[in-house]
Amino acid sequence: MYPSLLHDSPHPSETVVLSKRYRLPNSRSIDTYLANDGYKAFMRASQMSPEQIIDEVKTSNLRGRGGAGFPTGMKWSFVPRTSPKPKYIVVNADESEPGTCKDRVIIQYDPHQLIEGILIAARAVDAHRGWIYIRGEYRYLIDIMDEALAEAYARGWLGKNIQGTGFDFELSSHTGAGAYECGEESALLESLEGKRGVPRIRPPFPAVSGAFQAPTILNNVETFAAVPSIFLMGGQAWADLGIPKAGGTKLTCLTGHVNRPGVHELALGFPVRKMIEDVGGGMRGGNKLKAMIPGGSSCPVLTGEEAWELTMDYDSMAKAKTMLGSGGVVIMDETTDMVKACLRIIRFYQHESCGWCIPCREGTLWLKKLLTRLDEGVGSAKDIDLVGDLADNMLGRTFCPLGDAAALPTMSIVRKFRHEFEAKLAKKAVSMAGLPQLVSING
Amino acid sequence: MTFSPELEKRFAEMAGKYPEGRQKACLIPMLMYAQDEVGYISEELKAEIARRLSISVLEVNEVVGYYTMLRKKRMGKTHLQICTNISCLLWDGDKLWDRACEKLGIGHNEVTADGTVSLEEVECIGACSWAPAIQVNYDFQHNVTIDQLDTLIDDLRKA
Repeated sequence: MYPSLLHDSPHPSETVVLSKRYRLPNSRSIDTYLANDGYKAFMRASQMSPEQIIDEVKTSNLRGRGGAGFPTGMKWSFVPRTSPKPKYIVVNADESEPGTCKDRVIIQYDPHQLIEGILIAARAVDAHRGWIYIRGEYRYLIDIMDEALAEAYARGWLGKNIQGTGFDFELSSHTGAGAYECGEESALLESLEGKRGVPRIRPPFPAVSGAFQAPTILNNVETFAAVPSIFLMGGQAWADLGIPKAGGTKLTCLTGHVNRPGVHELALGFPVRKMIEDVGGGMRGGNKLKAMIPGGSSCPVLTGEEAWELTMDYDSMAKAKTMLGSGGVVIMDETTDMVKACLRIIRFYQHESCGWCIPCREGTLWLKKLLTRLDEGVGSAKDIDLVGDLADNMLGRTFCPLGDAAALPTMSIVRKFRHEFEAKLAKKAVSMAGLPQLVSING
Repeated sequence: MTFSPELEKRFAEMAGKYPEGRQKACLIPMLMYAQDEVGYISEELKAEIARRLSISVLEVNEVVGYYTMLRKKRMGKTHLQICTNISCLLWDGDKLWDRACEKLGIGHNEVTADGTVSLEEVECIGACSWAPAIQVNYDFQHNVTIDQLDTLIDDLRKA
């Protein structure tokens, strides 16, 4: 009924934990879920105190899967459990970071895994209400989620006195309406409240003042979806799947010029070389790797030589001055026009800038203008420097990271592939030779 | 303004899902689901939703002006959305876009004269591993070739 998002079988190098039910018949039904360890983790967590639940998540070394990589257990511990205000759970399913398509897979194939993760988080902070904010373009996933929620209510896994534990929890979906910015946590909360998705100044962080100004746990779909596995296996066993300081697995979206693109579940610390050559089936046409974006288009771009020696984890990417991000890997082979790629990335951020902060609103617009000119081979070498300067002046000067998200890839492409910008200018200069001289207003 | 019984039921249930006094939270979902019936966010629809939520039309306008999926005008019977963002670009999504413009004779956010098809160049739709991708209304189509696009457009125009 829906287009398949999976290869027939997982690649042998994958670590199949979150994705273990994806290929079962009717994998999204509650019956399949219950027959395959479903909701056992919640029952286990129900025997634990909130402190014990948070400690288990801390032990797992789970870090936020939406892009920032913040330690999840620590985030949960910031919620003031004794506050007289209600506590809420909000799920960020506004997946919009270019290169990222993993939350789609989770919701399409295993929505109950997400519900169970949310329930465990709710127990940890004594929350009784939650929302799953799903981007509007994912309407079919909202329908799937609504079906799963109805099943969970009908079978007593949501609502009053869940499975006799005395715990109540209400959960519903909430549609977005087309805005990348709403994937940023504070803008998402504004949007949830029925307003324009502009970011809030922090502090206070959502843990203290989030949805409807009440303490809120806000995490990505994959972060919540990982939680049941942690309570089934034990936090330490889950941590051991990955590497020190980055536990578990990551759904990795392999996109671009590989022979076998797809969403694959890889242990943290997976070598890039193996990911491309083995899991990805090698480069398209046996071409050379020119550049790689490791985790969505807001990450600084790596050259092929840099990327080849790295591993897919937070620290390895940080050492290479980029980020693991959301897991949206974009592979670019030797045929890629890096000026064009840079322009396309900036066009996106310019379109999606919410306009709240001037450095981002104006900066993305001017970057787009300059890059358009450079892509057409007109302009001058000074424009190349100006692109770098403009981007540098946006960094850290906005409420939310969208300004940085636009600046970082741009700066890295200009720095690492400057010769391609210069080559375009040189080529145009040659083709213009013999034409009447343009009048220069710079004198 | 009246809606279908299904939509009225959805609206009635929706109100209970947000904290007391914070029903403005229903605004964006109400507009999205109502748009499916009405076709676009008409002035009449804005006034109706504002009345139901006891907010001003200005507050509705603020939101409508911000979100790209809330349509300011009536679009085609089929709304064809083509992604040209980075992962799709690497698999020639831009060529799909050019082809669609050429074949339909319209550009971004425009509608064919007979009202059957409208076209939109969209930002990342989350189909990056199955690029190039398009959305036909809410349905995803993956790994789309020029030939497939041609056939699709021919079929839409006949329908």
